[in-house]
Amino acid sequence: MLPLTRIMSFALLICATDCALAQVFTSDHPGQYTQEEIAAGSRVYSAQCQICHGRNGDQVSGIDLRRGLFRQTRADEDLARIISTGTAAGMPPIALSPADLTGIIAFMRAAFDGTASIQVGDAARGKVLFEGKGECSSCHRVGTTGPITAPPLNDIGMARAPAALERSIREPDSAMMPINRPVRIGMHDGTIINGRRLNEDTATVQIIDDSERLRSIAKRNIRTLEVSTVSTMPAYANRLTDTEIADLVGYLLTLRTR
Amino acid sequence: MNSHKQITASTGCFSLFALVLACVLGTPVVAQVTAERILNAASEPQNWLTYSGGYASQRYSRLDQITRANVKDLELAWILPNQVFGAWQSTPLVVDGIMYVTQRPNDVLALDALTGRVFWQYSHQVSTDARVCCGANNRGLAILGESLFMGTLDGRLIALDARSGTSLWNIAVADPALGYSLTLAPLVVKDMVLVGVGGGEYGIRGFIAAFDAATGEERWRFNTIPGPGEPGHETWENEGWVNGGGSVWVTPSYDSGLNLTYWGIGNPGPDWNPDQRPGDNLYTESVVALDADTGALQWHYQFTPNDGYDYDSVQVPVLADISWRGTPTKAMLWANRNGNFYVLDRTNGRFLQGTPFVKVSWMSGFDANGRPIQTPPAPGEALWPGNQGGTNWYSPSFSPRTGLMYVSAWEGYASTPVKEEVTYVPGRNFGGGSNSPVVPVPGAPGPRIGRTTPINNWTDAVGNGATIALDPDTGERTWTFRHYDVTDSGILTTASDLLFTGGREGYFYALDATTGEELWKASLGGQIVNGPITYAIDGVQHVSIISGNSLVTFRLRNL
Repeated sequence: MLPLTRIMSFALLICATDCALAQVFTSDHPGQYTQEEIAAGSRVYSAQCQICHGRNGDQVSGIDLRRGLFRQTRADEDLARIISTGTAAGMPPIALSPADLTGIIAFMRAAFDGTASIQVGDAARGKVLFEGKGECSSCHRVGTTGPITAPPLNDIGMARAPAALERSIREPDSAMMPINRPVRIGMHDGTIINGRRLNEDTATVQIIDDSERLRSIAKRNIRTLEVSTVSTMPAYANRLTDTEIADLVGYLLTLRTR
Repeated sequence: MNSHKQITASTGCFSLFALVLACVLGTPVVAQVTAERILNAASEPQNWLTYSGGYASQRYSRLDQITRANVKDLELAWILPNQVFGAWQSTPLVVDGIMYVTQRPNDVLALDALTGRVFWQYSHQVSTDARVCCGANNRGLAILGESLFMGTLDGRLIALDARSGTSLWNIAVADPALGYSLTLAPLVVKDMVLVGVGGGEYGIRGFIAAFDAATGEERWRFNTIPGPGEPGHETWENEGWVNGGGSVWVTPSYDSGLNLTYWGIGNPGPDWNPDQRPGDNLYTESVVALDADTGALQWHYQFTPNDGYDYDSVQVPVLADISWRGTPTKAMLWANRNGNFYVLDRTNGRFLQGTPFVKVSWMSGFDANGRPIQTPPAPGEALWPGNQGGTNWYSPSFSPRTGLMYVSAWEGYASTPVKEEVTYVPGRNFGGGSNSPVVPVPGAPGPRIGRTTPINNWTDAVGNGATIALDPDTGERTWTFRHYDVTDSGILTTASDLLFTGGREGYFYALDATTGEELWKASLGGQIVNGPITYAIDGVQHVSIISGNSLVTFRLRNL
């Protein structure tokens, strides 16, 4: 059952908007919203927003709510206003209680991870781990240097929720996105090409090979196409302590450069 | 009857006649499209007179200039780009050299089908009251005489002068503020324009209505959700019928001999919570046969009683006179979103056969009357097929030459339904839950309603598309052409045993309709979410398809 606050007159809607705006945080860091707020936002999202924006928040052209991509850069107050008043492009106004409005923004800022229950540690210590003991930078690029055979992480703090980052570090096989799967391609002429998949369709596959070359290969020239569900990244569950993993997550969340 | 042999035998003579006629009528002049011409649309294959190419909705053309041997010589004739973002689902009409097509939200264009150059454009200003679940879609037009008919997102039906693009009449069919919309291409029958209303996600009470083509005056109406005193009302065991859904968003078919129109009815409301509306919920998820003159219900068959999965039964009813297991049969062929391929007797609605064409988990089989034996998933359990279905609204095709039904299917695709109590609020979403696609790792993307990115980051790990050929005799597949991404494309077949279709990847294919072999393809880039059509001008066969924001037309080079 929807709360009564959502079945309200226009006058109440205006009130709810103003009240809520005053209470919403201004930060875009997911750590500043509580687990309860995120979980509440998840419920509101599926009831109110999912039908148009989709489960992953990317059904409306040019907008990806989960990854924080909007038509214009927006602070939390802007998001609250748009939710409450609608847009000229066709989004209807949605009257929410202040708690629900806060929750839905928390849910977006938490990259749609409504079950997130993770530790976010010290980013500075995480950076040292990333470049040192963890050896992450030997495969992942951050900024303008480093290898690109593994996915670059420049914006991973926007693309992944904290829980997903932690899962990727502990058990990469359980978190590797299907598109990123390693491929081993046997060509009709006997050549073997190893790489990471970037895109695929009925007739072709696009990869970055292990020499960091972008290659588009017609399937008619392929004899065998092996797509592995085993990540080339080692599992860190037993290599790093829980505190170290939390610090790494804290660092990765700061990587938000496009 | 053995329709295969009879039609094959007549094809040669017919094509010559068609091409001569096309030569005579080839220059762009608007002729009267009489009801008689629409009735006999199959005999003038140089034109495309209704959404589905004719009342039987076979999307089969007798044109045969493009063949399996020369299809590789297709070349680009012209491209019409539009300036509007979003899925372009419209099927164009072609009448004596002039093409009419809609583009979102509710524009109509008239163009020279030979060159793609535009004569006029009409733009309906959609009310800000309009609300649609799944995009500002419009699937096309109907024509009668010199009038074009378009339904609108804000629940209106508009008649335009086909020569000038000016409005003849413009009527309100239903209230957009309550979530009603018209996204289907209307169907003209006799002197009437027939439409149904969309809005199944907004707690509408659906209906079908016929309007006088000359005046817009309503002739008859059929409530897809029967009210008190109407037959079928007893299948709503509480007051759920008031917001019971039953949307109609795809064009019907018509059998003039039986004088019946056939309509696929959409989901009940709320979509995902059947507990709020106990009973079978007629006539949601059904096909209804309505008298063309009165709208009176003659029969119905319900595919998914008390549906909790949003398995809209809005597919185009395909009418075929076939020999079904040796018996001459006026059949209706129907590959449903719920994953089953049905053969019905369209004279009385009798269930002849139902066979899964993809993995189906929500039911285990049929009882003797053709009612599904339902096996709902436990909470948290996967549902096969997933929410978007084994197929959806994508136009299928039937070739009388091969006797096969061709369908765009989604394979290996499941989702997990969640039901939630929902209170009806006018104009607001009335889903009552959600569906999440089953993905290999948490947070991975699944196939969505449309494709908005050139990178397929969901991959075939969450499902793939397939163009499949189904044999009505057995219900089984004859062949499969596998796509890597899912496909929402319609299908066209021709008298030269070619099958044209596309997919989300932007490939436009010509397949061998007898084997599924790929004979030719063009990489057009944008998602293909409409149905290809074919027509002829000055004796030259053309094939048109919409890919992304471009309407693209091909013909043979060096003719």
